[in-house]
Amino acid sequence: MNEEIKSYTISLYTENNIGLLNRVSAIFQRRHINIESLTTSQSEIDDVFRFVIVVNITEAQAAKIVRQFEKQVEVIRAYYHTDEQTIYTESCMFKIKSALLFEEPQIQNIIKDSNSRIVTVNKEFFVLEKSGRRHEIESLRRDLNVFGIMQFVRAGRIAVTKDEMRVTDMLMAFNNHNN
Amino acid sequence: MNTQTENKTQEVASKTMRISGSEAVVRSLIAEGVDILYGYPGGAIMPVYDELFKFQDQIHHVLTRHEQGAAHAAQGYARISGKVGVAMATSGPGATNLVTGIADAQIDSTPLVCITGQVFSHLLGSDAFQETDIVGISTPVTKWNCQVTKAADIPKALAKAFYIAKSGRPGPVLVDITKDAQVGELDFEYEPCKGVRSYIPVPKTNPADVQAAADLINAAKKPMIVWGQGVILGKAEEELKAVIEKAGIPSAWTILGASAIPTSHPLNIGMVGMHGNYAPNKLTNECDVLIAIGMRFDDRVTGKLDSYAKQAKVIHFDIDPAEVDKNVKTDVAVIGDSKDSLAQLLPLLEAKSHEAWLQEFKDLYAIEFEKVIKHDIHPVKEGLTMGEVLRQINEETKGQAAIVSDVGQHQMIACRYADFKVTKSNITSGGLGTMGFALPAAIGAKMGAPDREVVAIIGDGGYQMNIQELGTIFQTKVPVKIVVLNNEFLGMVRQWQQLFFDKRYASTEMTNPDFVTIAKGYHIDAKRVSKREELADAVKEMIASENSYFLEVCVEKEDNVFPMVPTGASVSDVRLS
Repeated sequence: MNEEIKSYTISLYTENNIGLLNRVSAIFQRRHINIESLTTSQSEIDDVFRFVIVVNITEAQAAKIVRQFEKQVEVIRAYYHTDEQTIYTESCMFKIKSALLFEEPQIQNIIKDSNSRIVTVNKEFFVLEKSGRRHEIESLRRDLNVFGIMQFVRAGRIAVTKDEMRVTDMLMAFNNHNN
Repeated sequence: MNTQTENKTQEVASKTMRISGSEAVVRSLIAEGVDILYGYPGGAIMPVYDELFKFQDQIHHVLTRHEQGAAHAAQGYARISGKVGVAMATSGPGATNLVTGIADAQIDSTPLVCITGQVFSHLLGSDAFQETDIVGISTPVTKWNCQVTKAADIPKALAKAFYIAKSGRPGPVLVDITKDAQVGELDFEYEPCKGVRSYIPVPKTNPADVQAAADLINAAKKPMIVWGQGVILGKAEEELKAVIEKAGIPSAWTILGASAIPTSHPLNIGMVGMHGNYAPNKLTNECDVLIAIGMRFDDRVTGKLDSYAKQAKVIHFDIDPAEVDKNVKTDVAVIGDSKDSLAQLLPLLEAKSHEAWLQEFKDLYAIEFEKVIKHDIHPVKEGLTMGEVLRQINEETKGQAAIVSDVGQHQMIACRYADFKVTKSNITSGGLGTMGFALPAAIGAKMGAPDREVVAIIGDGGYQMNIQELGTIFQTKVPVKIVVLNNEFLGMVRQWQQLFFDKRYASTEMTNPDFVTIAKGYHIDAKRVSKREELADAVKEMIASENSYFLEVCVEKEDNVFPMVPTGASVSDVRLS
């Protein structure tokens, strides 16, 4: 198996339980793997949660770690995918002084060119939101940094996979077996 | 009211009753068939103890002298009986004292349900007296855990706990119950858990994988089996024996696999690993097909991975998919229950014998016997050896005893030289290597199998790690036999210091108390021997005793355990001296 370290997106379908995040992060921590980003949300199935975790590891590590996740009682299924196998995006927010909008007219061009969106404006500040790839967000941050950013925050990667997940089939099979 | 409705109301009334959460804990345990548990009371678990008092005719609580003792006793009980061991403790230090036993049960796949009391839910997170985040602390070392804050959730949580602990690859679970959940009321009805949708305890064996395994085995010229505890946990001893005998495969065991097949079986070629036998270690690197069954290629088994069985095709039978390719790359993985997959394998195997190949094991055994074994079990030098004590115990118990060993040199000697005739006879802390395991585990083992002779074999170091459990033995009068092999050293560490640290014996020499006097203080019959001519009679007297008995054997101070695969070396570089 390829020993090259690259970015893998690990997707977990889980029950919604207190403490599961601790269990998930302990699996990385124990193997000295740094989590690049972690997002949890509702999945396409009503009472099933989804973790999207990005880590830089080898494929051998990814395969092993996914089996460790599947071993956890409250993890329904776990997968790993390369960037090429997923459609992914990140989003971020900037809080910037409102006065700059008038003092530095280039800012308006930057906003327009970057496809970002103004969420709110008031006398003191405005808030800009942008979704996209990391390099687009980084480039926007560099551009705005010149003028001063009051606050910046970037959310973890969210990703859907190109291939099917089949978690619903699995849950149906369980229900049929137990009814 | 018509008759039908009336009947229905009566039925519901008989099934459900309004009781306290703590009574629900005890009734749930009884519903799970628990008749014994180990624990230690304290503030946050007192309501449950109050109920245990009321139900003492149905469920027996053993008061250990430390919560770690409770956890290990529950492990000993589980390991010998195949049932779930139960340990109970209060919040805070009571709960944290269980953790070593839980970690031990996790790495050795022992089914354990631990119940801890917790502070009132309104106090959670307030640094209340004896509050600790035991769910957080135990997460990495439990198969599953949860916190219950409502009385009504208790039966379901415990039902799930028992189901998870014993199903699939077993393991420890912990249920933390707040005090308000214990004193609150609920309509009690107990339904055993039949499944958890996110959890597949026993993956289905794929017949194509079994066929692929059979094809490799049938074509093999030098096949070798290494089996582990998965055979015992899967109750697959008979199936394994049938496979070994039909295919004529020399078969070795890991430390936790010991006793699944009798030591004297002609195809049993001994133990693999750091202090395993010479032949199976050496020939691991000469076999053409290595068949691993219910074992996990621990580093103590494989030595240096880069040079472990590289020439062989590897077949791995395991219930846990996470074990496949974890340490050793397999050519064929057969996932599933060992009993089932071995039963599927048997008819596909060609009847064979590999006489010349088996002879290679016998030849290497002869070398090991000349250089090591003879001197261990039939010594001519003055000092007593641990090996001759084991030989004596074998003779007196006729191989029927369950040997509970601690961790260190005596453990390796016990596993190497015990003459196992019955399965589930080797109870030891394999994965975690927990010193202090044996004394409490022996208590649990004897209670889990009262008809069996249980002999604890312990070093002078590990004995003192849980020596307080002599109090439990005294109070319960459980007739365990305790053998302390006293070399006045932390022997295994000293051995490493001798071999790899130029004999700098840093903090390994022990000035010990008078162990016989201590045992007598607990009113346990006790004897010390330091001469060869006293040994046979002392062991005879101990085994003949119907009570608990303590025997201290003063052995040679600086004996070493060989063979040895030094850390980082290949299994084929196993040393005999």
